Amino acid sequence: MRFVPVSGLAALAAGLVLGCGGALAASAEKGKTAFVQHGCWQCHGFQGQGGVTGPKLAPEPLPLETFTAFVRTSNRTMPPYMEAILSNEDLADIHAYLETLPKAPDPKSIPLLNQ
Amino acid sequence: MARKDPRPEVNRRKFLAGVAVAGAATAVTPPVANGATPATLPNAEPPRRPSALPPNMHVAAAETATPKELPRIGGVAGSDFMVDVIKTLDIKYCPSNCASSFRAIHESLINYGGNKMPEFLTCTHEESAVGMAHGYFKIAGKPLISLCHGTVGLQHATMAVYNAWCDRVPVIVIGGNDLDAAHRPPGVPTFHSAQDINAIVRDYTKWDDTPVGLQHFAQSFVRAYKISMTPPYGPVAISLDAGLQQEPIKGNGEKLQIPRYVASSPPQGDTGAVKEAARLLANAQNPIIVADRAARTENGVRLLVQLAELLQAGVIDQGGRMNFPKTHYLSRPATAVSNADVVLGLELSDFWAVVNAYTDNGEHGIGVNSTRVKPDTKLISINSSELLTKANYQDFQRFQTVDVSMPADAESTLPALIEAVRSAIPNDRKAAIEKRGEAAKKAFAEARERTKQAAALAWDASPISTARLVMETFAQIKGLDWSLVASSGNVSNWPNRLWPMEKHYHWLGASGGYGVGYGAPASVGAALANRDLGRFSVSIQSDGDLMYAPGVLWTAAKHKIPLLAVMHNNRGYHQEVMHVQRLSNFRNRVASLGGDMGPIGTSIENPDIEYHKLAESMGWWAKGPIKDPDQLGAVIKEAVAVVKSGQPALVNVWTQPR
Repeated sequence: MRFVPVSGLAALAAGLVLGCGGALAASAEKGKTAFVQHGCWQCHGFQGQGGVTGPKLAPEPLPLETFTAFVRTSNRTMPPYMEAILSNEDLADIHAYLETLPKAPDPKSIPLLNQ
Repeated sequence: MARKDPRPEVNRRKFLAGVAVAGAATAVTPPVANGATPATLPNAEPPRRPSALPPNMHVAAAETATPKELPRIGGVAGSDFMVDVIKTLDIKYCPSNCASSFRAIHESLINYGGNKMPEFLTCTHEESAVGMAHGYFKIAGKPLISLCHGTVGLQHATMAVYNAWCDRVPVIVIGGNDLDAAHRPPGVPTFHSAQDINAIVRDYTKWDDTPVGLQHFAQSFVRAYKISMTPPYGPVAISLDAGLQQEPIKGNGEKLQIPRYVASSPPQGDTGAVKEAARLLANAQNPIIVADRAARTENGVRLLVQLAELLQAGVIDQGGRMNFPKTHYLSRPATAVSNADVVLGLELSDFWAVVNAYTDNGEHGIGVNSTRVKPDTKLISINSSELLTKANYQDFQRFQTVDVSMPADAESTLPALIEAVRSAIPNDRKAAIEKRGEAAKKAFAEARERTKQAAALAWDASPISTARLVMETFAQIKGLDWSLVASSGNVSNWPNRLWPMEKHYHWLGASGGYGVGYGAPASVGAALANRDLGRFSVSIQSDGDLMYAPGVLWTAAKHKIPLLAVMHNNRGYHQEVMHVQRLSNFRNRVASLGGDMGPIGTSIENPDIEYHKLAESMGWWAKGPIKDPDQLGAVIKEAVAVVKSGQPALVNVWTQPR
């Protein structure tokens, strides 16, 4: 399994990322839709920022292999998503979407966080 | 009940009969004494009756003649005396939804009592009324009374009573009821009467009574107040007979007296148990204090700081109240319990969950338990709730064995514990304790930075991140004497993580029983108390919570209660969004969304509710929906100006889910 990260807006524009085995074409655009349809946003937020209900997924998501393994076998708070309900293709697309999300600003640069 | 005695001088029933005679025009059947069925022959056919009868002379006269001046109820009204009793206890407000079963005391409160101490506040739902009393107490430290219509009104109030019970908040609920089946009005008032209306709330009130005489009422009311105000606090209920309220004081020679209220002292921990707890804490390598509803007052916060600094022990504030300043270097996250060798739990609602974890992700739908602490960790509990455990409702949570168990009020026990710890610290431990404090300062600073980094994620997102929501709000109120009166829904706990909460009124805790619909009324009630103290009230108001009983918005406008409500509008019952998704995953099925964002039945969208218009229609200043984070600060600033002028204001903000 090989993963080539593509980050930023370029990924959205191109809509292509190498997925599992290099055979699947991962689409960040499709991934954004899948992220909502499969309910990832519910615990992790629409930008994968996380919160009390789930850890942050982005920016800088886990490598696809680790990400996939966790989603398929999670015995922690998140119940696993099996392939029957979340295909490998959709999962790769979701990962591609997470790859596109920009880094958070430095908190020191946000006046409201330094009141 | 009081009506069983004949009253020759003033007969209320005759008086009412005079009023009702026209309406009773069709009641032409000859009266039957005592309601007994008249005897009939076995085979006799009933007499035929025409389908309509002309009025007899008596009825015709009643309908057409000039009414005679009717006799009035003489003497001193029983409900006036009830108001006299209530006034001795310095109760400021009476949030209630009006109802016939307590019309007499209602009339006495506003006319005889001058509508002061208590002032009647018009509510549109009993759940709102009791919720307001709940929030009010957490600021004022004094209970309110709430009048509820027998049966149906009290049924409306029940969830709010349960929340107050779980949150250890005193509320005096008075349910009107008409006990006298032979004399009460038929029809609706009888539908709304019951043998024992208090049964509805008995499982989650500290005490209840049904006084059958005015002297009995005086004793019941003062006793109810005293019981509710003795820690552990809790709601109480009095069923108030309509007859007892309405009829005049009997002239039977008995002089009515109002018992003097003397506050009970809170229960303190046993001396031996305090000493043993102190020994364990003083000799611990890494003691941790966990507090839930420990600080009942500002003094409780001060005492907890004193104990923590004496031990240089980390404090995990679970947030049932503002127990410990969030700016203090000994403030620690929940995970800090994992390294503890001694855990002191203060008024915990769930000690089991402090030292154990439950993961809802086991096989066959059964969750998995695991420990959070080391095997030999010693556990100490000071908890007054042990003195107030009932059987039916399960708010007592899982059973947790502890090493030292004190069924006592934590705040009242802290002075003795502090002294005992001071005496118990060995001289050779003092340097290690000081070193522990230095490590805590470093850990606190690092945790603070991590929190800010987490808050910065999705900072510019739309819908607006919950961290951005709370910090845009704080930026506009930080110069005021602010009080976060409620944070309904779930905004990832950002206010507690980022706002410099130091005073007891900066944070009031949550509902207690997690009954959704608490946030709006409790924030209005707390804002009422803050108004009288000159403080600025702000709430984070979730969408689902507001829709249970939004009429409380009108009550706030009606009574000029200034409150800034900033909405966390994530357009769903988000806890349930996740629950249904979880079950779908367990069962290997794709969650059906039905065109919404969340699984069918969990979203509040299509159509979107325009909360700003809802609030505006009830007299609030309101704006929204705000979806662009860069616009939020300016709108909140406008709203703050409105609230400072004495009016409520609502900002409807579309937010991230959590």
